[in-house]
Amino acid sequence: MEARGWIRRAAAFAAGNAILLFARFVTAVRPVWAGAAPEPRLRIYFANHTSNGDFVLIWAVLPRHMRLRTRPVAALDYWLTTPLRAFVGRDVFNAVLIDRRPEHRTADPVATMLEALDAGSSLIIFPEGRRNEGPAPILPFRSGLFHLGAARPGVELVPTWIHNLNRVMPKGELIPVPLNCTVTFGTPIHVGPGETKDAFLARASAALLALAGAEAGSGAGAAA
Amino acid sequence: MNGNPGQDLFVLLSGVAILLVVATVAGQILRERFSPDGTNAVIENLNARILSWWGMVTLLALAFLAGRTGVVLLFAFCSFAALRESLTLTAKDRADHWSLVACFYLILPFQYWLVWTDWYGLYSVFIPVYAFLFLPILAALRGTPQGFLTRVSETQWALMISVFCISHVPALLSLRIAGFEGKNVLLIAWLVFTVQFSDVMQYVWGKLLGRRRIAPSLSPSKTWEGFVGGTLTASAAGALLWWITPFPPAEAFALALVVTLLGFGGGLVLSAVKRDRGVKDWGSLIAGHGGFIDRLDSVIFAAPVFFHLVRYFWSST
Repeated sequence: MEARGWIRRAAAFAAGNAILLFARFVTAVRPVWAGAAPEPRLRIYFANHTSNGDFVLIWAVLPRHMRLRTRPVAALDYWLTTPLRAFVGRDVFNAVLIDRRPEHRTADPVATMLEALDAGSSLIIFPEGRRNEGPAPILPFRSGLFHLGAARPGVELVPTWIHNLNRVMPKGELIPVPLNCTVTFGTPIHVGPGETKDAFLARASAALLALAGAEAGSGAGAAA
Repeated sequence: MNGNPGQDLFVLLSGVAILLVVATVAGQILRERFSPDGTNAVIENLNARILSWWGMVTLLALAFLAGRTGVVLLFAFCSFAALRESLTLTAKDRADHWSLVACFYLILPFQYWLVWTDWYGLYSVFIPVYAFLFLPILAALRGTPQGFLTRVSETQWALMISVFCISHVPALLSLRIAGFEGKNVLLIAWLVFTVQFSDVMQYVWGKLLGRRRIAPSLSPSKTWEGFVGGTLTASAAGALLWWITPFPPAEAFALALVVTLLGFGGGLVLSAVKRDRGVKDWGSLIAGHGGFIDRLDSVIFAAPVFFHLVRYFWSST
């Protein structure tokens, strides 16, 4: 039992690094810290969602010590369907798994996420709730972000825009095209005192969308 | 006489190492003087550039040591990174996915395989003819007419710049020049040194004396003083290095002038593309310099012409 656990951990470590290496090879991903500094604070990174690789890119640009304390929130009804997915979701990504199907739930998703936050992990969430495959830059946010922000007002809610990954791997394609990607971290927001759910979600959505225009192409690099 | 490039290469690399040591010391003195707290952007960038030069020269030296395969692999990787940068900025649609996949996974490796096997007759026409015709067919099969001509043109342009032109650097290994057998790697060393030295000297002359801008709307840092000073200094350096080439000194000077002028043109053209697309750098992988295309822009324009001039006037193949 002990030996099997050790082998599983080693395999997860190797698989995690292989995934990161592959992601960097394909996307040369680069962080743009445009409002939040790379500091190990308790945070919820909320990002646009266009591809299964979204979370990997955020992970890849976080400094290692922050990456180890940052967990993606992912759909249990997707990640526990096959043993391989379960291994990647649980062991490699250390995901906080929540069930999107209310009728099957045994735990409240917000409570599960708060538990992970209280244990000291920052979270990565995709408030659109599913992959955006249409022409709109962003879908309406679900309410989870508001409930988390209201329950833990000290946690920084960091808008995080992933640029270009939808072109690397459009929906339905199998082979990724190497293109440069960036991950832009904006100024953290908080749920204001007395702010309504709708007002906050509109503000959060606007904060995320504002980052989309700021970063065109791969530019804005080091001074030349 | 059949030569071994080792000794000449060693002398050239030692000279470059001395230049870099001088640059490193000068950079540190400037930092002490003017930017002790690391706030002077120009000096910080200068030092980042010098540090990156150490890395690039080391990689190139290792590739030379590894021989033909090492050189081909190094420039294939440069092409990969350059293609990734250029296709990031070009117009594209979902319908282009298979064309883009073909660029990276078929055309690029095949072009470098042709260079590696010395198949001049095919690598010199493969991208301008076969890829030029094949990629639009692939895009048309997916059937989205919106922006079609723009999309296929920009994809082809990215391939020409990033793969076709860069592949002419390792292609220099396949030229057969009487009395220069086995030493072709020195052609690459001479070309890369002369063109890059011109870039560096344009930067230095421009910073020291630069006043009149050549194309302010394209590149604020390119000045007439930098251009004249840089190309002439580098051409003189290229002529002084005639002994590592198959060319007599006067011809080495003429060739150096041609490649530095083309290099300057390449910098200008690729700046224009960046301005058009609203980015400052092609990428960010080479600290202080930007992306691979930012560093290779002059080599991209110089390599094919240098290759054909040497092939026509000196080579027996």
